[in-house]
Amino acid sequence: MSDIADRVKKIVVEHLGVEEDKVVENASFIDDLGADSLDTVELVMAFEEEFGIEIPDDAAETIQTFGDACKFITGAV
Amino acid sequence: MRRVVVTGLGMVTPLACGVEETWSRLIAGQSGAGPITRFDPAGVITQYACEIPLGDGTDGTFNPDDWMEPKDRRKVDDFILYGMTAAVQAVQDSGWVPETEEDKHRTGVMIGSGIGGLSSIAETAVLIKERGAKRVSPFFIPGALINLVSGQVSIRFGFKGPNHAVVTACSTGAHAIGDAARMIAFDDADVMVAGGAESPISEIGIAGFNACKALSTKRADDPTKASRPYDADRDGFVMGEGAGVVVLEEYEHAKARGAKIYAEVLGYGLSGDAYHITAPSEDGDGGYRSMQMAIKRAGLTPADIDYINAHGTSTMADTIELGAVERLMGDAAAGATMSSTKSAIGHLLGAAGAVEAIFCILAIRDQVAPPTINLDNPAVTPKLDLAPNKAVKRKIDVALSNSFGFGGTNASLIMGKVRA
Repeated sequence: MSDIADRVKKIVVEHLGVEEDKVVENASFIDDLGADSLDTVELVMAFEEEFGIEIPDDAAETIQTFGDACKFITGAV
Repeated sequence: MRRVVVTGLGMVTPLACGVEETWSRLIAGQSGAGPITRFDPAGVITQYACEIPLGDGTDGTFNPDDWMEPKDRRKVDDFILYGMTAAVQAVQDSGWVPETEEDKHRTGVMIGSGIGGLSSIAETAVLIKERGAKRVSPFFIPGALINLVSGQVSIRFGFKGPNHAVVTACSTGAHAIGDAARMIAFDDADVMVAGGAESPISEIGIAGFNACKALSTKRADDPTKASRPYDADRDGFVMGEGAGVVVLEEYEHAKARGAKIYAEVLGYGLSGDAYHITAPSEDGDGGYRSMQMAIKRAGLTPADIDYINAHGTSTMADTIELGAVERLMGDAAAGATMSSTKSAIGHLLGAAGAVEAIFCILAIRDQVAPPTINLDNPAVTPKLDLAPNKAVKRKIDVALSNSFGFGGTNASLIMGKVRA
């Protein structure tokens, strides 16, 4: 797994309080990992912070799964 | 009017996490005061307070993990954590588990706070200044709002009845219990989870009360001696933190399910001073009328009051309250015992009235008045026993608790043994 994916996974585990093995490619933050809409806002902020990037609101809406997040961040850094 | 009884108790205080753990230390005359550890106090005048003892959850220590998941705790200010802790204890103690939708609709929550998420507000303001407004957490507002203790507790247990929160400074806890009892009396609910929570031990909290000249400043050498209500050498209150929550229940509802009944809420009085933003009027008229109203509501006379848990903050206002109590009690003063448990736990602000109401209930249960510790040299000669330094074993069928807050807001609660 790439360095980016490791760092994203760490943030997800910490913020959502889920087991690391649940954070898989297609895991949806809301449907599979127990996040609510506020959690997803906070997750996106944490990604911005960790990677020093800005994620606009319309892009943030497309980040639904762990895989989405890794893909977007890999393209943005 | 429907009768209201108390069927569950919960608290986290500077003496301990837990009702029995706190109560045994209180009766033994222990103090919860010590040097401030919650933040670096180098910049504030008063560097001691009554902090909740943190630990692994054994021997009365408070382990936050036992009460809220770390991922949820991160999203709330400490006053919500404390309120949840006391509420979970109280609900479990009551044994009340609403099964039907109707039962859930008839169970409400009313837990208040004097100031709410003060630390979160301060920290977020600094964050905006240093890093910009876009870094503000989506959990800042719901983690700081006062009514979010009631909100969080309702979500955890599925209580869908009245959901409310009181904000009356240091009278909050007493008002919450009194108002919630009325909701049951008025048939708006059968069960109410009521109380107060506060987490004011932060730089902004201590600095703010120091600026009001409200806090003790002279006892850094021995903080356990700093809170000394009625003593000639008192020099201000000692900040505390924590929460107290009770489960109130309609009497027949409690009986029907075979609940353990601690006491009955017999009376509730409230008044305003219309005098000064931080000081009580010198004649103690507001407190007097609040107590008088509670006694009238209870259908009692002053001579029926066995124990009074005073507001007694260890400030100049102590003797004003004492004067009002003596005026109210008249010749019956000699037969009553009054103490200030703030001598041991400090001032829990919005949680104080709820924690102290629970102390009144336990005083009735165990027939013992908790002591006023550090009362070595009374500032005046009292007409009633102030239980200096030692708990007093005596008959206690009826107990009154006073809470007075900034803004001139007063509340008095009367708890009594349940009469069949």
